Amino acid sequence: MTDRALVVVRAGALTTVQDRGRPGHAHLGVPRSGALDGPAAALMNRLVGNPPDAALLETTLDGCDLRPRSAVTVAVGGAPCPVSVNGRPAAWGAPVHVPAGALLSVGAAVSGVRAYVAVSGGVTVEPVLGSRSTDLLSGLGPPPLAAGAVLPLGRPGGVHARVDAAPQPSPPAELVLRVTPGPRDDWFTATALRTFATHTYRVSPASNRIGLRTEGPALERAVEGELPSEGMVLGAVQVPPDGSPVIFLADHPTTGGYPVIAVVRPADLPAAAQAVPGTPVRFVLSGSRRTP
Amino acid sequence: MRALPVGDRALLVEVATDEEAQALHAELLRRRAEGSLRAREIVPAARTVLLDGLDEPARLAAWLAGARLPPVPPPSKDVVEIPVRYDGPDLADVARRWGVSPGEAARLHAAAGFRVAFCGFAPGFGYLTGLPGRYAVPRHATPRTAVPAGSVGLAGPYTGVYPRSSPGGWRLIGTTDAVLWDHTRVPAALLSPGTPVRFVPVGP
Repeated sequence: MTDRALVVVRAGALTTVQDRGRPGHAHLGVPRSGALDGPAAALMNRLVGNPPDAALLETTLDGCDLRPRSAVTVAVGGAPCPVSVNGRPAAWGAPVHVPAGALLSVGAAVSGVRAYVAVSGGVTVEPVLGSRSTDLLSGLGPPPLAAGAVLPLGRPGGVHARVDAAPQPSPPAELVLRVTPGPRDDWFTATALRTFATHTYRVSPASNRIGLRTEGPALERAVEGELPSEGMVLGAVQVPPDGSPVIFLADHPTTGGYPVIAVVRPADLPAAAQAVPGTPVRFVLSGSRRTP
Repeated sequence: MRALPVGDRALLVEVATDEEAQALHAELLRRRAEGSLRAREIVPAARTVLLDGLDEPARLAAWLAGARLPPVPPPSKDVVEIPVRYDGPDLADVARRWGVSPGEAARLHAAAGFRVAFCGFAPGFGYLTGLPGRYAVPRHATPRTAVPAGSVGLAGPYTGVYPRSSPGGWRLIGTTDAVLWDHTRVPAALLSPGTPVRFVPVGP
């Protein structure tokens, strides 16, 4: 009998199980969650022959060490990082065979933030509302990895990857985010809107899976007071009272009471997931200001 | 009613009152159920309904601009009864604000018919309307660092029940053993938008 499981030897700073998340439950207060760098996650799944919605691991900055109990194929991508099997260097961004009991080491990111570790068969922890993703805001899904934890793996689908390696975008040296203004751009002064669109912000170290926080010139409000709580979307750029924009990522709250000055195009969010603290951020307005 | 674009695939529809938000939400759910509206998320809130995952937000916005909302339909779900011990640490404070005794405050709260206006803050946390406007109370200026699961609280016009222990600024008037959220149960959430609710006093 093969024991298809993955033993966590070193969990790293924050390693979570992620898939495509649980959209469709926002009206119950359930965040969507899911891999922050979706294209990287999908590509790693493809490289090991998994369907795109298979659950994999998302590491944060310093990787993790894993020991599969049976032979598996893995692929590590997203943030560039050293990969080794039993101490021998192995390929990044390509399928790698890991024998039963061998130690797979995913090292610290050379650039970028989040590496994705796909394992043939996928991580098969119990799904919650149709997803195995860890949601750090509401606590749904499995807890972040801890040393000694054992993660069950599914059976490989028998689908062979048609690619040995695939190009991946480099983590951004400068994060350029195309944004559509609104829905609450009218809560800000004309000066604030100009500042938002022209000044360079920086990624704050307080960023996490809930939001990419920025540091830079504060955005002044034209309207004081509180906004009644309203629904929030992925990529919403919310401006809390300190005036520094926060870009909502996968674990964002479903409702919020701070005004959203603009919304980032979904295609630009994977790069936001890989922007290390200190990375310059520019917001580029696109789309009309208002449609009736 | 006005529809504000939210990125390229979502609309935030803004209305004037709680009642209109509930009527709009009910109408949008009806349209989705009959197949004339495709939206991944329909998220009601205090004065808005957010529609996300839309194919053609501009077309929906145009339709909404000319739409007349039907009144809030009667609840399509059974009343959820939540047993409550009116023993919260803020019950006396709330009673004082209402100008009544703590016992009378409990009676007034249990006499009201509630409805889940929207959810948020945490999975299964509902914002319930139904208390007359004069009973609105402000949140605590400084939130408690830990509010126990099952705490029944008031904030502004809303009543809410904490599904799990969390920080919170609501004024706590009671406690329930009802399980608000259980992801192994179908449905996981005891309360969802539109659910009618009554609080039933139980002994101390």
